[in-house]
Amino acid sequence: MKHLLGIAGMSRESLDELLVLTDSFAEINARAIPKVPALRGKTVATLFFEDSTRTRLSFETAAKRLSADTLSFSVSSSSVKKGESLRDTALTLEAMRIDAVVVRHGSSGAPWQLARWLDCSVLNAGDGWHEHPTQALLDAFTLRQRFGSLDGLRVAIVGDIKHSRVARSNVWAFTALGAEVVLVAPRTLLPPSLEGWPVQMSEDLDAVLPTVDVVYLLRMQLERQNEALVPTLREYTARFGLTVDRAARLADRAVVLHPGPMNRGVEIAPEVADLERCLVLDQVANGVSVRMAVLFKLLAGADGSTASEELDRAGNG
Amino acid sequence: MPAMAETPHYPGEFVLRGAEVLDRSGRRRADVVVRDGLIAAVGDALSAPLVLDAGGCIITPGLVDLNAGVGQPGFEETESVHSAARAAALGGFTTIVARADTNPVIDCAAMVKEIVALGADAACRVLPAATVTVGAKGERLSPLAELAALGVRFFADDGRGIPDARLLRRALEYGAALGVVIVQFAEEPSLAAGGEMHEGMWSSLLGIAGIPSEAEEVVVMRDLALARLTGGHLHFRTLSTAASWAMVAGARRRGLQVSAEAALHHLLLSDSACAEFDPATKFRPPLRPEDDCRALQAALAAGEIDCLVSDHTPHSVQDKEVPFGEAAVGASGLEWLVALALSELTLVDARDGGDRAAIPVGLAELIGALSWKPAALIDPAHRGLIERGAVADLTVIDPTATWVLDPRLGASRSRSTPFAGRALRGRVRHTIVRGVPVVIDAVAER
Repeated sequence: MKHLLGIAGMSRESLDELLVLTDSFAEINARAIPKVPALRGKTVATLFFEDSTRTRLSFETAAKRLSADTLSFSVSSSSVKKGESLRDTALTLEAMRIDAVVVRHGSSGAPWQLARWLDCSVLNAGDGWHEHPTQALLDAFTLRQRFGSLDGLRVAIVGDIKHSRVARSNVWAFTALGAEVVLVAPRTLLPPSLEGWPVQMSEDLDAVLPTVDVVYLLRMQLERQNEALVPTLREYTARFGLTVDRAARLADRAVVLHPGPMNRGVEIAPEVADLERCLVLDQVANGVSVRMAVLFKLLAGADGSTASEELDRAGNG
Repeated sequence: MPAMAETPHYPGEFVLRGAEVLDRSGRRRADVVVRDGLIAAVGDALSAPLVLDAGGCIITPGLVDLNAGVGQPGFEETESVHSAARAAALGGFTTIVARADTNPVIDCAAMVKEIVALGADAACRVLPAATVTVGAKGERLSPLAELAALGVRFFADDGRGIPDARLLRRALEYGAALGVVIVQFAEEPSLAAGGEMHEGMWSSLLGIAGIPSEAEEVVVMRDLALARLTGGHLHFRTLSTAASWAMVAGARRRGLQVSAEAALHHLLLSDSACAEFDPATKFRPPLRPEDDCRALQAALAAGEIDCLVSDHTPHSVQDKEVPFGEAAVGASGLEWLVALALSELTLVDARDGGDRAAIPVGLAELIGALSWKPAALIDPAHRGLIERGAVADLTVIDPTATWVLDPRLGASRSRSTPFAGRALRGRVRHTIVRGVPVVIDAVAER
């Protein structure tokens, strides 16, 4: 595995392998000194064309806990603003002999293009509306932590699926791992076609809620109202928001996930966000472990040793 | 000495020997003698002071591309009238109509004269198109009559179209008596806004904003009504969907003066080609689903497509080395169009393997859409015959030559094509423009 570009097309086995690896790093993260020398001498660059402090910090924390050096390419103050092409930016980074580039880009597919131009590993930290694979892995890990397995779970993904890279990655991750997915959104917020998507769909959140183990809420942005995709955010909340009343109708064991940052009062009521069943902070914590696992998987063992040998050394280090 | 320098290095009289002739009247064995810019004789065992070998080849009336971007003025780093004409001649075209979407656009007599002057010593005939409206801004009409008097036949606000129905109505009405063609780029802006590829299964999977087929079809639907209202000659740019072509065919059956063109990439590639996020697959209109490709192939096979065009759109490398969503639309196409079409669509002779079209296109239908049909749109008196006395615009195609499409070897300054690396079968061997061999043995003489 050289790159992590997207979840679509990944096998259950390779997803499981990453989740099992994540267990080891979750254990390391629980230690007093959560740092191992596994990637000492490696350099990881973050290249974010869209601001996302949370995701960037999560990747940089993961890299540092593996003892990799990190460098952060800030697009807003860089030559990209001066018209440098994506390819030139990437080649410049590579000339600094980095081992991996973590890229966030507003244009779907940008990490695929980078992977064609670069010899180093490319990690997709979110591309357009397309994929956000480490988010899906951390969500799957969070559910696995809670339920032991995703097999047989029924997951409702609620909200702006059309514009959501999180939803696109999660549909593939959840279904590959054995869960059943139902998309809940008005037609205007669904992709134009669901051909080839292994999902059910519904516009009736109230009917779906009692049947699911997981409610995955997506961030609802104000601009969707201006694009005539929903009449008002108020009406959106009335139909698709997880209000206190709706949360009360969830099954006892059901949990609520959200990729953050939450719009309290829009897709989720403030009281619901603070419930024990809302696992948002678990997701954030697991994000670091998952990203450690991915970086380790892509970068360790390049000298010929196997991942498990490396990890043994890492665990003892 | 000046007389020496001006002596053309091409022969004034020569014979194309050993080929079959394919024109509007059919296909037959014949040699063709060219003298002083005209076809002097067509028949068996003809001779002339010079012989251009055409053994095993097919001689067709010169190919015509109604939709070629030449990049000049304004984008000379990507293309020029001369480089585009050279690529066109190597691709067998004896005439191209240069799009007016330059910078500045071609919307006045001075600009038209500039393109005509630049084209005077180009490898093939370059006819300027002009914009329908001043500055292609969609506000006031360009001086259609003045430009028509300078020889402009096609008026198009390319890349933008004419969304305003009243303005299009006026252009069709005003242009009807001038004998000009009003060209519409059929795309409803409010439905296409923000779209980067066809809206459908692939755009949904790839998370790319889509342009629905209906963005094209609602414009075709509306503008066919305007053609009926005005009686003007309406021509649609690169229609990409099965429903668009069905509507055009229906309108023609009802006697409307309507024509349309298809871009070769819409026959050969579907939207699944965008799955690798290769900016070379980004077009406008976008690549459509497989069903539309098949429908366009069938329409070409049935002779329902008026003309096949390259939609040649030169870009610099840096315009295509960016993410898909930021990339410019269009690709280079003049030089490889006929070879690609022969390789991918026709059954010139018995062959196996390769991605054959579901419905093989007959050679006559293909050449018709590349030669006499577009030629008749430029000049309704054009007969499309290889006959004594006709202007010697001829294309000589070797249908069995095999080669590989390498954009780096092309004459165009623009290298972007989604077909790079394709194995081709069929190649333009000679191109004769007004009796002058501008391409001999696949090498440009200009």
